[in-house]
Amino acid sequence: MGGVVRALLRRAVQAVLVTVLVSGLCFTLVRLLPGDQALRVAEGRYGYDRVTTASADAVRAELGLDRPAAEQFMAWVARLAQGDLGVSLVTGDRVVEEVAYQLGHTLLLSLAALSLALLAGPALGLFAGLRPGGVLDQAGMVGAAALRALPVFALGIGLMLLFGVTLGWLPVAGFHATENLVLPALALGLGLAAASARVARDATVAATSAPFFGFALLRGLTRAQAVRQHVPRNAAVPVLAYLGVNLALLVEGVVVVESLFGWPGIGHALSHAIAARDVPMLQGTALSLGLIFVALNAFTDLAILAADPRRRG
Amino acid sequence: MRRPPLLLLALTLWPGLTLAQQPLRVVAPFHVESMEPSRDGFNFTRMRVAETLVGADDGGLPVPQLASGWTLSDDRLTWRMTLRAGATFHDGSPVTAEAVAASLRRARAQPGPLANAPLTSITADGPGVVELRTSAPFTPLLAFLAESSSQILAPGSWDETGAVRRLIATGPYRLVGFQPPFRFEVERFEAWNGGPAPAIARAVYESVARGETRALMAESGRADLVFTLDPAGTDRLRRSPRVEVRVMPIPRTQTLKLNAGLPQFSDLRTRQAVSLAIDRDGIARGILRSPAAAATQLFPPTLAEWHVAGLAPLRRDPAAARRLLAEAGWTSGPDGILTREGRPFRFTLRTFSTRPELPVVAAAIQESLREVGIDMQVAVVVSSEIPAGHRDGTLEAALMARNFSLVPDPIGTLLADFGPRGGDWGAMGWASPELIEILATLGRSTEAAERAALRGRASTILQAELPVIPVVWYDHRVAISRRLANVSVDPLELSYRIEAMRWAE
Repeated sequence: MGGVVRALLRRAVQAVLVTVLVSGLCFTLVRLLPGDQALRVAEGRYGYDRVTTASADAVRAELGLDRPAAEQFMAWVARLAQGDLGVSLVTGDRVVEEVAYQLGHTLLLSLAALSLALLAGPALGLFAGLRPGGVLDQAGMVGAAALRALPVFALGIGLMLLFGVTLGWLPVAGFHATENLVLPALALGLGLAAASARVARDATVAATSAPFFGFALLRGLTRAQAVRQHVPRNAAVPVLAYLGVNLALLVEGVVVVESLFGWPGIGHALSHAIAARDVPMLQGTALSLGLIFVALNAFTDLAILAADPRRRG
Repeated sequence: MRRPPLLLLALTLWPGLTLAQQPLRVVAPFHVESMEPSRDGFNFTRMRVAETLVGADDGGLPVPQLASGWTLSDDRLTWRMTLRAGATFHDGSPVTAEAVAASLRRARAQPGPLANAPLTSITADGPGVVELRTSAPFTPLLAFLAESSSQILAPGSWDETGAVRRLIATGPYRLVGFQPPFRFEVERFEAWNGGPAPAIARAVYESVARGETRALMAESGRADLVFTLDPAGTDRLRRSPRVEVRVMPIPRTQTLKLNAGLPQFSDLRTRQAVSLAIDRDGIARGILRSPAAAATQLFPPTLAEWHVAGLAPLRRDPAAARRLLAEAGWTSGPDGILTREGRPFRFTLRTFSTRPELPVVAAAIQESLREVGIDMQVAVVVSSEIPAGHRDGTLEAALMARNFSLVPDPIGTLLADFGPRGGDWGAMGWASPELIEILATLGRSTEAAERAALRGRASTILQAELPVIPVVWYDHRVAISRRLANVSVDPLELSYRIEAMRWAE
C-alpha cells in the first residue's frame, strides 16, 4: 500500500503545480502574443471578413479587456477558487460546459486509440518476440517503422481513401454515429500500437532470454507454460511505462486527428481558443489537458505497481 | 441539445433507410458556435431555418421573403413592410408585426450591417405591417434587411439578458438538433407557407474545416452537397461518377490593399506599376485553376450592375511598370531593388491562411514585384491583424478576399470600404470626395438611370485610382451528389436552397 500512496501523493502534488503553472502561463502568454485581443475575439465571434475595428471596440467594452492584466488575472483566480472557469469570450457559454462536451469526445477518441494500442500492439509484439528474426518479427518491424514514420495527417488521409472512398465501408468524417469513431481512432492509435508492439517484442525477447525463463524450462514446464507464466507480466511493465511517456504524443495527435476528421474535441477547442485569444477557454482546456495527463500518468503508475509487485515496497 | 458523447457508444446504425427517409447531408467549412444571428446566423439562413424580411435574386435584387411586399414613402424616409399572411413561427405562434419589429430592434443592437443603417425607428403598424423610418433616404435598406443578422426570430428565442437560447424562426425547415460547433439537424416545417412544401424532409449540416476531408466526403458518397472545395480537390472530384462539380463566379474579389499614406504608394504611378507587375493570368491558371478568374476590374461580371464592360481591363505589362516607376523617381540599386532618395522600395504585405490560397498568391505577387525591382516581404498573420494595422497605421499592404455580397447590394460593403477614412478592408490613406459623394447619392437615389450612371462612375474611379488593386475573382466550387435533383447554387451564398431540392432516385 505504501507504494500506491506514495505514487498518488506524488501525482497530487503534480496536479496542483500543473493548475498553478498552466493557468498563469496561459494568461501571460496570451498577453505576450502580438495583436489586439479584442480584435481576435471579435474575429472568433463574427468571422474574418466581418470583423471591424468597431466590432472590436464593442467587444473590448463588453468584456472589459482594457482593465489592468493583474486585475483580470486575480478575477479569474478568484473564480477558479470557487470552481468557476468563467465563460468563453467568443461564444458566451460557460467554459466548464464547453470543456465537458469537448473533453468527452476527446476522451472517447483517446480511449479508443489507447485500447487499440494496448490490445493489438502488445499481442503482436509478444508473438514476434517469441520467434525473433522470424517472418512475423520481420514483417512487424517493417510495419511498425512505416506506421511510426507516417505523419498522422498522411495516415489519416490514407485511411479515408482506403476505407471511406475505395471500399466505402466507413464514413470519411463526422462524429454522430459509432462508425465515425473507427477511422480517427485508427489514425491516432496505429502508430502507438506499432511502437508498443516493438517494445513488447523486445521485452518478450528479454524475458525469454532471462535465467528465470531457462530455469522454468528446467523445472519441466513446457515452453507454452513458461511463456504464459513469465512473459506477459514481465513484458507489461515496459509497455505500460512506454505508453505513459507517450501519452503526451497522443494529445498532440488528437489535435491533428480532430481537425482532419471533423471530430469535436479539446484539440479543436484549444486551437480555436489560442487563435481567438479566448483566455478563459484556453485556461480551461489547457488545465483539463494538463490534469488528464497527470491522471493518466497516475493510472500508469498504479498499473505498473499492479503488474510488478517488486515496486510496491 | 448536445448529445452526451459517451452515448455514441450505445448508438447503432439505422438499418435500411430508404432514400426518401435519409437526411440530406450538407457539408461546409463554417463552424456554428452559437445561435446568435450576428455571429453564426448565416448558417441558419443558408439552411433555410431562418428567414429575413427580404431575400435577393441571383443578381442581388430584393425579392420577397417573410415580407410579401413593401412600399417607400414619397419623402423616401419610411419603409412599410407587409408581412406574409398566415406565416407562423416554428413554435406555432403567429408572425406578428410587433414580434418582427422586436427582432429587428434586437438585430440593430448587435454588430452587423443594420447597426450602421440610419434607422430612427422600427415599429409595428397593425398586425401585418412593420414600419422602418430612416433619418435620411437610404435605398440600400432592403439589402441590409436581406443580410443574415437581420433574420427574424420569435421573442421567445432570447432570454432576459438578450442571449439567443432557442432558434424559433420562420423558415421551411426548423432546428431539431444542435451540436456546436460542428453539426445541426433540421426537419421540414409543415406549416411554412412561403412556397411549395420542401420535398426533402430532413437535412443535416456538418462543418468540416479541412478541404481535403470535404472533398473525400463528397467522393465517398457520404455527403450530398459540399461547399467551398479547394481547386486541387475539384479536379479529382470531376472524375467521380457519384458527384457533379459546379464552378461559378461569386462576388468575392482578391484584392491588394496598399497604404496610400506611405510615400511609395501615395503616387498613383507606383500603384499602377504594382498593378501592371502582377501576373493575374498565371495566378488564375496556376493557383486557382480557373483561367477566367483573372480580375480585369474590382467587380466580377456576376455583379452585373457594378461590372463595367467597357472599362480598360487591368493587365500585366512589366515594361510599362518599370517606366512608371522611373517616372516616379525610382532608380535601380546595386542589388536590383529600386531606390529613391537613398531608400529602397521595400514593404511588408500581411495576409492570412484562413483562405489557404492567399499565402500562395502572395508569394506569386512577391516574385512578380521583384522582377520590376520591388522588394515585398510576406507576413502570414491572423486576419484581424489587417484591420488592426489599418487602425494603428502600421499596415503597409495586405492581400485579402473581399466579399461584396455580405450585404446583397455591394453599396453596403463600399460604404464601409471607401469612406473618408478608408475602411478596415478597403482603402487606406486614400479618399476620393467624388466617390464619397457618389456613394452617398446612391444611398438616396431611387431613379434607375441615375443609379446606373453613378455605379459606372464609381467603378471607373476605383479602376483609375487603384486604392485597392484587384488580383483575381473567386469561384464558388460545389460538389453535388447525383442522387439530388433540382439543385441550384446561389452565387451570393445567401442560401443553400435545399427547400427546392428533391431526391433523383
